[in-house]
Order: sequence, then structure tokens, then C-alpha cells
Amino acid sequence: MASPAEARTVREPAGKAASATTWDVPAAVAAGGAIGSVLRWSTSLVWPGPVSTFLVNVLGCLAIGVLMCVITELVTPHRLLRPLLGVGVLGGFTTFSTYVTDALRLALSAPLAALGYLLATVLCCLLAVFVGMTATRALSRGLRREAA
Amino acid sequence: MTLLLVALGGATGASLRFLTDRWVQARHDTGFPWGTLVVNAIGSLILGFLAGAALFGASLPVLQTALGVGLCGALTTFSTFGYESVRLLTGGQRLFGLLNVVGSVLVGLGSGVLGVVLAASIWH
Repeated sequence: MASPAEARTVREPAGKAASATTWDVPAAVAAGGAIGSVLRWSTSLVWPGPVSTFLVNVLGCLAIGVLMCVITELVTPHRLLRPLLGVGVLGGFTTFSTYVTDALRLALSAPLAALGYLLATVLCCLLAVFVGMTATRALSRGLRREAA
Repeated sequence: MTLLLVALGGATGASLRFLTDRWVQARHDTGFPWGTLVVNAIGSLILGFLAGAALFGASLPVLQTALGVGLCGALTTFSTFGYESVRLLTGGQRLFGLLNVVGSVLVGLGSGVLGVVLAASIWH
């Protein structure tokens, strides 16, 4: 088991920089949420239905893997970067509710396709987070070795 | 117009997720991501209700865009859910990770169905 301190670092949103008395963190979250939501909606205009939800969620998971590796392991980020990009843009871009209703709608006509969609999204998204983190870590190690 | 509704809904949804997550996590800081589970369940309930409303013939285009696409889309998140799950699975808390993945999907589906049933009780 991880230590309590380590367990706390599992939390992605909020972040340590967030303070209840400041307005700039919620403002960054709101602005990021607006941007992420508009990007998700634009994608759904190009590929309507579960295909766009799947692509958005996998892409967003890849991006959060890269982002979290960079800001927790590689650099000391500006305090608004994580609220803006992580909680706001990527949180607003990816969606769990549409994933659920896509699956329910599919289940009415094709139950097996709904099950496949549920499993494929979860597996590909978790893999995308892992690949995003691992690839970023490997890349930074390679670059550092080259510079040394 | 649609773009503005999506943006406003998205800004509201992301803010509500941020505040809810902090409120929940301040009370249940056990290492298990309760905050994300709660927002994903609430968002799935509301979107299930809106999808049910559309299914049973209620015409609510502005609400569907502002609340469905904007608010519910941003209130819920797959990236945070994915990141928290991977951190648990690879960080020596495999049981929590597995529970989070299976639990989130089942709770989300249950909430979505509940939303559809609520809509059916009104419009069907």
C-alpha cells in the first residue's frame, strides 16, 4: 500500500496550488471547461455519435497522461496550468455522461455493440493514459541523456 | 448561438466538477477518487434524463445543448477517471484501481438508466 501522502497525490483535480480564497483557479477551470467543451462539440459535428465520443475520450486520456507526467515529474508548472489544462480543457473535452448514454442508446438496437463500446472505451482510455505517461517519461530521459 | 450555449454549459459544468470534487475529497480522503465518481454519476443521471426526454418526444433543444452537451459533458470526465485509475493500478493499489474502473462504469450506467426512467415517468 502507498503511504497516505502518496495516496493523496493520486488526486488529479484541484491540486495543491488551489486555494478556496482565490478566484483565479476556478476562473481557469471555467475557461478551460468552455474551451474543452467547444472542442468536443466541434468533433461531434465531424463524426456524430459514439465514434466521436470514443475518439475524444481516448485522445483526452493520452493528453492527460502526457500533461500529468510533465507537470508532476519534469517541470514546476505555473499554478494555473493544471486547473486550466487538466481540470478545465481536458476535463471539459472528455466526457463520461455521453459515454454512458451512447452505450444505453446502442443497447436498444445492438446489445453486443454496446458491450463492445463500453469495454473498448475503458481499455483504450486506460492504455492511452499509460502510454502518454510512459512515452513522455522515456522521451525526457532520452533528451536529458543527449544533453549530458 | 449553439457554440455560446455549449461554452457556457461547459464552463459551468467544469466549475461544478472542480467544486464538487474538492468538497467530496475534503470529507473522504481515503485515496479512492470518490469526487470523480460522484460527478460522473450525477452527470450521467442528468444526461440520461435528457436523453429519455428526447426519446419520449419532449422537445427541449436549448436545454439539450446547454445542459446535455455543455454542462453534463464538462461536469463528467473520462481523462481524470482514466488518470486516477492508472495511478491506482500502477501505484500498488490495484484493488482500488479495479474497483474504481468497474464501479464507475456500473454506477454510471445505473445513473443513466435511472435518468431515463425518471424521464419516462414524466413524458411516457
